[in-house]
Amino acid sequence: MLIKKAEDIRSSEITPKQLYVNRRAFLAQAAMAGTVIAAGVGLREAISPSNTVFAGNKIDGIKKSSFSTTETVTPYNDVTHYNNYYEFGTEKTDPAEMAKSFRPRPWKVKIDGLVEKKMELDVDEIIKMAPAEERIYRHRCVEAWSIVVPWVGFSLSELIKRVKPTNKAQYVEFTTLLDPSRMPGQRRSVLDWPYKEGLRMDEAMNPLALLCFGMYGEELPNQDGAPLRIVLPWKYGFKSAKAIVQIRFTEKQPINTWNVSAPNEYGFYANVNPGVDHPRWSQAKERRLGEFLKRPTLMFNGYGDQVASLYSGMDLKKNF
Amino acid sequence: MHRYFKPVLVLACLIPLGRLVWLGLHAGLSANPIEFITHSTGDWTLTFLLVTLAVTPLRKLTRQYWLISYRRMLGLFAFFYGCLHLMTYVWLDKFFDVHEMLVDIGKRKYITAGMTAFTLMIPLALTSTKWSIRKLGGKRWQALHRLIYFSALAGVIHYIWLVKADLKKPLEYASVLGVLLAYRVFFWIRERATPDGKATVPEIPSKSMKRNAAELP
Repeated sequence: MLIKKAEDIRSSEITPKQLYVNRRAFLAQAAMAGTVIAAGVGLREAISPSNTVFAGNKIDGIKKSSFSTTETVTPYNDVTHYNNYYEFGTEKTDPAEMAKSFRPRPWKVKIDGLVEKKMELDVDEIIKMAPAEERIYRHRCVEAWSIVVPWVGFSLSELIKRVKPTNKAQYVEFTTLLDPSRMPGQRRSVLDWPYKEGLRMDEAMNPLALLCFGMYGEELPNQDGAPLRIVLPWKYGFKSAKAIVQIRFTEKQPINTWNVSAPNEYGFYANVNPGVDHPRWSQAKERRLGEFLKRPTLMFNGYGDQVASLYSGMDLKKNF
Repeated sequence: MHRYFKPVLVLACLIPLGRLVWLGLHAGLSANPIEFITHSTGDWTLTFLLVTLAVTPLRKLTRQYWLISYRRMLGLFAFFYGCLHLMTYVWLDKFFDVHEMLVDIGKRKYITAGMTAFTLMIPLALTSTKWSIRKLGGKRWQALHRLIYFSALAGVIHYIWLVKADLKKPLEYASVLGVLLAYRVFFWIRERATPDGKATVPEIPSKSMKRNAAELP
């Protein structure tokens, strides 16, 4: 099994500074010439970020997990420089650039709703609740690209067991931080902020559902959801809420932000399903970052053995 | 104009392609190079379409009538980047899977719009020669080339229909196109309002365009 250590990846993945500098000079010239012919339209496209952000702090004593895939891990630099995180901008390269100065500490997480005892915990208390595991998961975006990431965290069920939801709790809702001064993407109402996501209780208790605070052996980088996020490898990426400040237990199905934005395109369940197309594109195949040809998408992203039973008897075309 | 203007302009129009090649050689095409190339060539196709459409208003407003001699080249560059954009889709995205592409064209609105935009550019590129203008006659040639309005409209709609939530960029293109088309509608109405068809304004589209055709190098 090939698991690159973070420090190996770093030194080999970083483009030499000279190249960035040259590229900037080139882009500046291109931009100037472009202005003449393009009258400014299309120029934003010519500007791309270049700097690498590392969270830096290593997490000690990470255990291996039997849930990990043996597939090749996507390079750190790709995972951290190509993702959707609209709180930091709508371009794939925005989060790395715009989240640089974001401070994920101090950080409180409110736990409320249908629980025996409502509480507010410091994120560092939550991290210490259970031993950290490395889970190398396939991660499939609803936009038909995918990555393989060595996340660090523990099963969400570990937290849920400790906070003791009442019998009435049927769902759990996650809320992302709302703070336009720290999350510049929230200054535009592209989505209905704050970002909310939800799970049915049995989904949340499935051991695959990961409460995540690290990746590649280190603390989560800002642009990937620091300090605390969830990771749901059998669902499209948008279900995996980032920078969580509130975990609420409810009786009714919570709303989820993308579903509110476009109900016919993004459902509540959002299970990876090659047989159910997004209205505007096919979900049958995906492009794994770093690969040239597209590969077939697997039902439940290949995690059917663990999660298919959660949905037995459900019409997944209707409950997309 | 200065005799070096044309070659300099040609080189400038090739910068977007040169940039892609350069970035490609320096691992600068992001983690998803095929998407990067698709977006970049698409952006530049639309940009060149709008620049081409800007020539007529610009030359009239600034009275820089020589600008017309570069319109054909700009239009052909729009077609050139459109070809690259389509090739990226056909080759890099669909890998020549004809069935998949036909399903796409029928099923996905934004692909239908994009294909329409491209298809409408083909006759314009084919009849861009001086010979074609002579053969078709200025008036018919000009009527045919009004297809560019519909190509640009379909192109902008293609973009609007494909984005997930952030309409900012496609709406920027749409508003520029809106201004360029509004300019034409304005003059068309003004021309029709003039009783004998002979406008009091020296520059009306049909008259000047006929001359434009003749002015083409």
